[in-house]
Amino acid sequence: MASAVAISAPRPTSRRQVLIEKLIGCGFVFPVCVLLLLLNIVPLGVLALLSFTDYQMGAVDFGFVGLDNFAKALGDPVFRRAVTNTLIYVAIVLPGSVVLGLFAAVLIHGRLGSRPFYEIVYFLPITTTIVAMAAVWQIVLHPGLGPVNAVLQRLGFEPVMFLSDPAFALPTLAVIGIWQLVGFNMILFLAGLSAIPRDLYEAAEIDGCGSPVDRFLTVTWPLLGPTTMFVIVTSSITSFKVFDTVVAMTKGGPMGSTEVLLYAIYLEGFQYFNSSYASVLTLIFLVFILIFAVIQTFVLDKRVHY
Amino acid sequence: MSAPVRRFVTLFLVHAALLVGAAFILLPFVWMLATSIKPPEELFTAQLQILPDRFYGVENYRFALENAPLLRFALNGVIVCGGILVVQLLTSIPCAYALAKLRFPGRNLLMTLVLLGLCIPVQVPALPIYIGLAYTGLLNTYFSMMLPFFLSVFAIFLFRQFFRSFPDDIIHAARLDGMSEFEIVWRIVTPSAWPAIAAFSVFSIVAHWNDLYWPLIVISDIELATPPLGMLFFANAESGTNYGALMAAATILTAPLVIAFLFARRRFIQGITMTGVK
Amino acid sequence: MAQVELQGITKSFGATRVLKDVNLSIEDGEFLTLVGPSGCGKTTLIRIIAGLEQQTSGSIRIDGASIDHLRPHERRIAMVFQSYALYPHMTAYGNMALPLTMARLHLYERIPLLRLLSPRRRSVMKQIDAEVQAVANQLKIGPLLQRRPAQLSGGQRQRVALGRAMVRDPAAFLMDEPLSNLDAELRVHMRTELAELHQRIGATFIYVTHDQVEAMSMSDRIAMMDGGQVAQLGTPSELYERPASIRVAQFIGSPAINILPGQVGPDGAVELLGRKLPISTRLPPGSAVSIGIRPEAIRVTGGGDPAAEVSLHAHLRRRELLGPEQILHFHLDRLESATVIVRLAGAQAPVAVDGAAELGFDPGACHVFDAEGNRVEVSRAESRAVPPQAALVQVGRAG
Repeated sequence: MASAVAISAPRPTSRRQVLIEKLIGCGFVFPVCVLLLLLNIVPLGVLALLSFTDYQMGAVDFGFVGLDNFAKALGDPVFRRAVTNTLIYVAIVLPGSVVLGLFAAVLIHGRLGSRPFYEIVYFLPITTTIVAMAAVWQIVLHPGLGPVNAVLQRLGFEPVMFLSDPAFALPTLAVIGIWQLVGFNMILFLAGLSAIPRDLYEAAEIDGCGSPVDRFLTVTWPLLGPTTMFVIVTSSITSFKVFDTVVAMTKGGPMGSTEVLLYAIYLEGFQYFNSSYASVLTLIFLVFILIFAVIQTFVLDKRVHY
Repeated sequence: MSAPVRRFVTLFLVHAALLVGAAFILLPFVWMLATSIKPPEELFTAQLQILPDRFYGVENYRFALENAPLLRFALNGVIVCGGILVVQLLTSIPCAYALAKLRFPGRNLLMTLVLLGLCIPVQVPALPIYIGLAYTGLLNTYFSMMLPFFLSVFAIFLFRQFFRSFPDDIIHAARLDGMSEFEIVWRIVTPSAWPAIAAFSVFSIVAHWNDLYWPLIVISDIELATPPLGMLFFANAESGTNYGALMAAATILTAPLVIAFLFARRRFIQGITMTGVK
Repeated sequence: MAQVELQGITKSFGATRVLKDVNLSIEDGEFLTLVGPSGCGKTTLIRIIAGLEQQTSGSIRIDGASIDHLRPHERRIAMVFQSYALYPHMTAYGNMALPLTMARLHLYERIPLLRLLSPRRRSVMKQIDAEVQAVANQLKIGPLLQRRPAQLSGGQRQRVALGRAMVRDPAAFLMDEPLSNLDAELRVHMRTELAELHQRIGATFIYVTHDQVEAMSMSDRIAMMDGGQVAQLGTPSELYERPASIRVAQFIGSPAINILPGQVGPDGAVELLGRKLPISTRLPPGSAVSIGIRPEAIRVTGGGDPAAEVSLHAHLRRRELLGPEQILHFHLDRLESATVIVRLAGAQAPVAVDGAAELGFDPGACHVFDAEGNRVEVSRAESRAVPPQAALVQVGRAG
């Protein structure tokens, strides 16, 4: 912003022009200000307020209960399980989608003729409605009529209840999460790769980096650093907000093994109408997201070196 | 190994790895199409067969279209995405222009709020907005589905970045030629930001066409359902009974965006990269 | 230090032939410049020498040994890129040390933690450090070694790139337009510095540029390239004084050479705008030729020029004063479309703008080119009237 001021400062302006600019500026931003107030600022205030009450949607009156809701949340085994499940989900999806995305991007980057084909294929999940694809995955993974279990049985294994076995349900959702995200990360990595000048690879080749591994370690990996950090943060946030597959495939089951944070909030706030409790959960959710955002800000600030 | 042999082996390994990945990505798509043309009796007998012995596509698709208002869902999706996008562009472009090129009181405060807003996902203000809509009796309307997305701080941020690099001299020249600021925004600056607008539009449409969370909360009337919500209704109603028709429905609801993507691959990828990296 | 030999190098990209049978021999310690317009193949050629591209056919030898099968880093050559190609995440020191660590340490010795297992790593790094410091001192960039490329000016980056090439003590230095990213003033300065560096270390330099001034001022020899071939190979003065083709003549020298249409008269004498010049060729009578005259070979007088053997009537259209010299643009009276550029020393205007003048020149300063643009040797006719027999004999000999 400082630079914008510096650029526009020296131009000769009359007092009237300054005044007109102020009025027009205010006019231009007015709708956004109203929306910002209505959709972000007031709701955040209401959220904070509700979290100290025992308000239930539809109730006529309510009272202030202080920090009771927070205490309840911290002691609530269901909520704690939801947080744990969400973090486990992130812990699987994040490395899976980032490493596979990077791997795919590095392999695709050198291709000329086949690149569009791979781009289209890997990108497909991003454009599709995940609820519809969830229904497909249910059939693909079905113990009786899915191809995955048919293959497992051919190989002599017992059929796996991917979605109804508590030990398998969350990892299965995570694999689907990777399926959704890997193409997105690949595209971001490809953009990062094409920003690396060809010269550098040639210089590295002359300087003695004969093998692809050497060139990757000398040029690609360090120069992809900023992209990688960005991809890690966005992937964390995306996978932390897992919701659609849970609703469409498991509804939190079996035995709560796939109950995740957003699903817990959804149930409390919009199914049980425990508005005050849901507010507390939402605020905790926000804290997690802000942590990621702070990491991102720090990382993006570091990017200025090169 | 000689150079050509080494090159061939590398190429082989690279494509092998990429094709395994591609098979993983494509598996559900292939299965969706295959199942949607299979008769019910073949589902349990031939799990590993892609093409059916008896073509049953017509029956499956007819059943899906007759038992669920799929076209209605798609229309709802178009209405909601279109409405959201139009309002987003109308509000964010002048605001972004003002933030980039005009001096007015509170500019820094607004910019800070925009940057903070970037961190807040829609799930956070969802509850208070829902309560507000419930009290004003606006639940179960198109308006309720679009409202939280009328403001896109992301669009403001993206367009501001673009407008900042727009030359001041052209704006000054336009002012000297007697253009109003309103005309400058829409006739001079906006056309130059076309790539950013296209990228954002792709991003916005993909996001809201596929969004489940918010429609699930505010819509209970199936006539208003967007594609994901409609799919959820249909899947729940037909669960475990008619997989062929379910897959036909999934195909119909997935098709529009996939076809659009196949036709405008560059735009889509550009949109996602631009919105992703900035 | 080495002698580099290119034998019959060709390169095709699909159906396009970028290099057509290039043969060059670069002597040990020579500064050879490949110069030519963009698209002439000079960059492709240097990339083939570096091993970054594979030639379609032909062979490269260093000190008599073929290097065609060697990968770039095995060829004992160093390259300075147009963009410098410095690794942005490494300091200047890291950039310069990289070729040495790559050559002297195993992969495991370069990986963090794992490298602690190597007993000899410390001593190797110490040796590398000494070599990098020595080169840095030579280039006067010792104090900058801890900076990253982004914190360096264009000239400093250029030196780091040079340093990275020098630490390897290569057989030959390849330079791909290394000065083109610098501003004009720095470019002139670095030109001198590079030439001095070459004198000091005495290595073989192969230098690519599109700027004929760089080529003329730095090289021992110049290979002017055109259309994928070496159009002429020779010392700067040879290229300037005896250009082998009209393309070379036009490319070398600034302002560019004046080219005027002419033809061969019945007696073998060259005729310029219908006037017989006292020079003759062996081309058959009636052949069209082009006559090139360098801007500084022309004299300007207000009236007639008794000293000149040939003079043309012209009008001054424009005058550019450059301080110690001036550039004059004339239109010929006989050929309105032709502009003749004249370079004169001094600031005194010989004629007023729009004024008439005589352009005189010595016929010996004329370069004659045939219809294909190749140089034609001319002989000075002693008298203006060449006996018909003599001309016939000459024609006969040419046939």
